[in-house]
Amino acid sequence: MRFTPTAEQQQLGDMVQRFLNEQYGFETRRKILDSKAGWSREVWSKMAELGLLGLQVPEEQGGMAPAVVETLLTVTAMGKAMLLEPYVSSAIIATVLIRELGTAQQREELLPGMAAGERIAVPAHFEPGARYDLRRVATAARRSGGAWALKGCKSVVLHAPAADLMMVSARTSGTPDEAAGISLFAVARDGAGVSLTSYRTLDGLCAAEVALDDAPGMLVGEEGRAFPGIAAAFDQGLAAICAEAAGALQATLDTTVEYTKMRKQFGVPIASFQVLRHRMADMLMHVEQARSMSYLAAMRAAEAESRERRKALAAAKVVVGNACRFVGQQAVQLHGGMGVSDETAVSHLFRRLTALEMQLGDTGHHLEQFIAASAQERDGFAGPRAERASAEHVEERDGSAGPRAERASAEHVKEGT
Amino acid sequence: MDLTFTSEELAFREEVRAFLATSLSADTRRKVLEGLEVSRDDTLRWHQTLHRRGWGGPNWPKEFGGTGWDPVRQYIFEEESAAAGAPRLLPFGLKMVGPVIMRFGNAGQQKRFLPRILSGDDWWAQGYSEPGSGSDLASLKTRAERKGDGYLVNGQKTWITLAQHANWIFCLVRTDPAAKKQTGISFLLIDMKTPGVTVRPITLLDGSQEVNEVWFEDVEVPLENLVGEENSGWTYAKFLLGHERTNIAAVGSSKRELARLKHIASEERKDGRPLIQDPAFAARLAQVEIDLMALEITNLRVLAAEVERRAPGAEASLLKIKGTEIQQELSELMMKAVGPYALPFRREVMRERSSGASIGPAYASPLAAAYLNMRKASIYGGSNEIQKNIIAQTILGL
Repeated sequence: MRFTPTAEQQQLGDMVQRFLNEQYGFETRRKILDSKAGWSREVWSKMAELGLLGLQVPEEQGGMAPAVVETLLTVTAMGKAMLLEPYVSSAIIATVLIRELGTAQQREELLPGMAAGERIAVPAHFEPGARYDLRRVATAARRSGGAWALKGCKSVVLHAPAADLMMVSARTSGTPDEAAGISLFAVARDGAGVSLTSYRTLDGLCAAEVALDDAPGMLVGEEGRAFPGIAAAFDQGLAAICAEAAGALQATLDTTVEYTKMRKQFGVPIASFQVLRHRMADMLMHVEQARSMSYLAAMRAAEAESRERRKALAAAKVVVGNACRFVGQQAVQLHGGMGVSDETAVSHLFRRLTALEMQLGDTGHHLEQFIAASAQERDGFAGPRAERASAEHVEERDGSAGPRAERASAEHVKEGT
Repeated sequence: MDLTFTSEELAFREEVRAFLATSLSADTRRKVLEGLEVSRDDTLRWHQTLHRRGWGGPNWPKEFGGTGWDPVRQYIFEEESAAAGAPRLLPFGLKMVGPVIMRFGNAGQQKRFLPRILSGDDWWAQGYSEPGSGSDLASLKTRAERKGDGYLVNGQKTWITLAQHANWIFCLVRTDPAAKKQTGISFLLIDMKTPGVTVRPITLLDGSQEVNEVWFEDVEVPLENLVGEENSGWTYAKFLLGHERTNIAAVGSSKRELARLKHIASEERKDGRPLIQDPAFAARLAQVEIDLMALEITNLRVLAAEVERRAPGAEASLLKIKGTEIQQELSELMMKAVGPYALPFRREVMRERSSGASIGPAYASPLAAAYLNMRKASIYGGSNEIQKNIIAQTILGL
């Protein structure tokens, strides 16, 4: 068991932090935010130069995948800086989609350009009415001759206006809530039949509603079998969001502590008031628990699918989501009037935390996911149900069968009923 | 970064499991797993069993007869012991006065007291709180005056856990009433059999008697029972408070209680289906299980920092707060899970399940008492509010 990164990993993490500290300060970010595009191609190119866009690209295409810890450190640092660029969308989710689903030729064709910062791809998956349900895809793809044409709507596609390519999920068979029958297509953002209604999100990111009207798309991987790859990519995205939140949470706590030490009322710094000190202690506990779960999510997301993995990822988003809400709201509260002003970092952090809580499933959604996975776990075993489930929990660190807790609990059931 | 145990640690875990499987008596195990009262003898017997195996001091260095385990191994041991239904080892000797004597006691005290803690021959109590000194511990008034070759102790201690079983008590006493609060306090070891020591059990809200008042009336204590230097006791007390980290979060026992809660919630019915399928109950159950998962990782992070000898800060306070919140939530959910059968309150079946007809499901009988009893968790060992003060001061630098 080790919680410290290796020297090389730490070096990379420090480098990213330094880069962002020096070149992505609050004022710089503010200029980017206020620009027409809402993101900076210059920053994007620098991240490519630093190799950050290739962390999830396989070695054969010049990247570093899986780079679990490197990604964790990088995205945490980006969370602190409230990065506006499409890192999680392009360098993580879209990259993993292509890596997991694309043919060798497609990987070769698409990934090196993405790692080099020359091509930005974003996932366009969720649809109006689907909320956070990954399976609910109504957009349809129809084959005519040798080509595919897509028809449907994709909602709140983050960074779509910045993208060259959109990785669009569409149904090639099956009913709208079935995992089977979903395929993945690469669609040019400025291609025929593609129209974007662009806007900013509550935290200032660029996004769009995407309408596809017989838009030509290139099938990525196999027809009708894209769902597992899509789920894997969004799991990586979820882990990244947890890491991003861990960074943003720390920054929010730091700025609040700093502010309350400086701000004086009744002749003393407001940090001397116990009610505020305890609030900040509560914030710290949320931040630390969220950080712990960002580690767990990063490790689990890289593993093969299992119930423990499902539970851990859902649990991570619940803990992180609760932290985002509590820490964000309390940070604004403790900043008083400054907290509700647009010019302060804390109000931007609050907006980012609010968005992060809702991205890829809010707290309520993931609590339900956790409950569903727990129920499957109970029903999936022959023995005493709840006891087995807990033995599973005890064992999830090493995944081995759990003689001790299970035996102890089995005994408990035997003698206790 | 790696959240799994090493192969050596896994092998160690197997060793611990094998020992627990063969050495823990079925009767004791059952009491712990069913939440029944564990007696003095159950606790002592298990301590002595461990001692014979050479594991009497799981958190002690080898030079004092301990196991020499690192914090991760201590954690594994505690977690496995809790899961298997082993009684909790008494912390007062092993985790409190023992480490203080090792660090600040003289060779004579080490030779005299440490082996008897390991063997279980001495049962220690902790004499800190007083009627007027709870969270403000340094305001304590119990007086120790120098007289001849020793001290004359007068005063009253309270909330002394299991003092009715103890033959020794370590006390914070005031040796210099003129000095400022913290500076006039000394750390004194007192034989409970000394004339003038009176113990009176306090009946708690659950009907149990696990804490006591202890009076000292002209109690003569030899000078050799002073630990370290006179008037430096506060330093030793602080050392002691920050010492116990490996199990302060109680992750192992909370996992065990979570399993029991799930068992009960699977047996209970609501609207004709298992309670565990009720959306409102399932949501609360899921939330506490998730909080426990997060606490486990946080706990391991703190341990890893200790292994790597990075200075541990006030993280123990965080572990204490979250750990006790989870313990309390589990006890509350268990009580609520049995619905109306939480109300029958019969002390006799909490100690040992009676052979007669049970009222309601058998697992229901100790649940209300456990809920009532567990309210103590956020109060003892420095209340959770005091822990937040520590976090604010130490971690946040406020």
